[in-house]
Amino acid sequence: MSAIAALPRWKSPSVLPGFGLSFGFTIFYLSLIVLIPLSALVLRPLALGWNGFLTEVAAPRVLHALLLSFGAAAVAAAINTVFGFIVAWALVRYDFPFRRLIDALVDLPFALPTAVAGIAFATLYGPRGVMGSLLMRAGIKAAYSPLGVVIALTFIGLPFVVRTLQPVLSDMARDAEEASATLGASRFQTLRRVIIPALAPALVTGTALAFARGVGEYGSVIFIAGNLPMVSEIAPLLIVIKLEEYDYAGAAAVGVVMLALSFGIVLLLNLFQSRVQARR
Amino acid sequence: MSTHTIALPRSAAGPAEDSPATRLVLIAVAIGYVGIFLLLPLVTVFSSALAGGIRQALSAVADPDALSAIRLTLIVAAISVSLNVVFGIAAAWSISKFDFRGKSLLISLIDIPFSVSPVISGLIFVLVFGMQGWFGPSLRDADVKIIFALPGIVLATTFVTFPFVARELIPLMMDQGRDEEEAAMSLGASGWRSFLRVTLPNMKWALLYAVLLCNARAMGEFGAVSVVSGHIRGLTNTMPLHVEVLYNDYQYVGAFAVAALLAMLALVTLVLKSILEWRYADEIAAVHRH
Repeated sequence: MSAIAALPRWKSPSVLPGFGLSFGFTIFYLSLIVLIPLSALVLRPLALGWNGFLTEVAAPRVLHALLLSFGAAAVAAAINTVFGFIVAWALVRYDFPFRRLIDALVDLPFALPTAVAGIAFATLYGPRGVMGSLLMRAGIKAAYSPLGVVIALTFIGLPFVVRTLQPVLSDMARDAEEASATLGASRFQTLRRVIIPALAPALVTGTALAFARGVGEYGSVIFIAGNLPMVSEIAPLLIVIKLEEYDYAGAAAVGVVMLALSFGIVLLLNLFQSRVQARR
Repeated sequence: MSTHTIALPRSAAGPAEDSPATRLVLIAVAIGYVGIFLLLPLVTVFSSALAGGIRQALSAVADPDALSAIRLTLIVAAISVSLNVVFGIAAAWSISKFDFRGKSLLISLIDIPFSVSPVISGLIFVLVFGMQGWFGPSLRDADVKIIFALPGIVLATTFVTFPFVARELIPLMMDQGRDEEEAAMSLGASGWRSFLRVTLPNMKWALLYAVLLCNARAMGEFGAVSVVSGHIRGLTNTMPLHVEVLYNDYQYVGAFAVAALLAMLALVTLVLKSILEWRYADEIAAVHRH
């Protein structure tokens, strides 16, 4: 391995064949399917010019949709941080009936097509649905409101938090907890001072993944959201609407802003996480 | 992944054990949360599909438009999954068996599609191949249809499922190293032979696992496909799009009948996935995020 640095070339020699073919195909296919089409997304809004771009993305309807997508994704991710932690904790630490079944079920949002989840949530939380009528009696309107968006995004994000926490939780040594208890800490103090700090990086990662997925989510949201402009219209739907009006540059502008914002936020979270890790 | 079923000592409350009451409350909260957010929607799909009796549900699935949606979904998934299998193996081979600069950059680039909104995944192909896209005019002159036709649907589906196989195989094959292939080569096997006899058997369960997940996503993809399909009934509607069309037409039983079919696919996927994780935990990569 140390020979790599000494050699002026970018690839170290190997007796195994097939590098040229496999690497060449990888780059070719990556460019064709991912890089070239994505570059169209970045290049297209250039046609608008800087001012045109700003007018496009600063339109009230666009701003509202972006705010809803990012806000609802953040709320849903926060809900999942708390409850995903409890689910992961119960699955790893306790034994109870149907534990294996519930464990397997956590992956459902990964496997269930989003449109299927979408119509199920719209039915459940609609005015005549089981949950919808229940909430209605409490004076809460779930469907066709921002709350509906949060409900759908909570469903989508759950496995990210649980699946990120589970391996860390089961690998976590119990001796620190035991030491903390022996030294007289209450269970709650142990949780706050020992367990949560140890899990913090995984919690942040899981939350960031759930958030990033929620920002762009479309299929599970549009049915329950009702898509009222300036109320419950999410940013991805606005892209679809602009495309239907053949406003390619406008659609791409919204897309670029969404991508840039979500990459930026995930980057910030990663920075925060590495600083937390560096401090310990 | 359910590989973390390590039997923890569950002796009487040790110093770091939760009290029985805490335990009960947390288990109840966990079951309640999973029940409301995961189980309830699943039950709703099947109960709504059967609301008008099984006969009505079956006739909705046997409708010509539904059948053509099922056929299109199968064709698209078959093409996209095959393409991504070939790519995944090529990428994993070059990344795991060789040392070159820029490897981690390449791995990050492969991951990109997972962080792109499904709608944007469709949008980018419209920007390239759509009527007012880069190649729109020349494609129209050549009478080639990509957007609102099969090739567009395949491209969008391939994009959203792009990383599945590669990111499953890369960590596994990196762990396995190249000793076995080098041994096979030094014993006189050709490159292809050592690939077929050594590499392929070593990755078969991981590959199957990845194909399973890739296929589930390919068949269920909605946002990306919705943008490029044009929703032409009986022609460019995949199953998830057909669900949408029926639902928006107030044909709820029909929509949920087709949705139930997709939900069954999801359940079968989850069962097979659990079996693979349980039986071949060591032979599939440990880290899964998607």
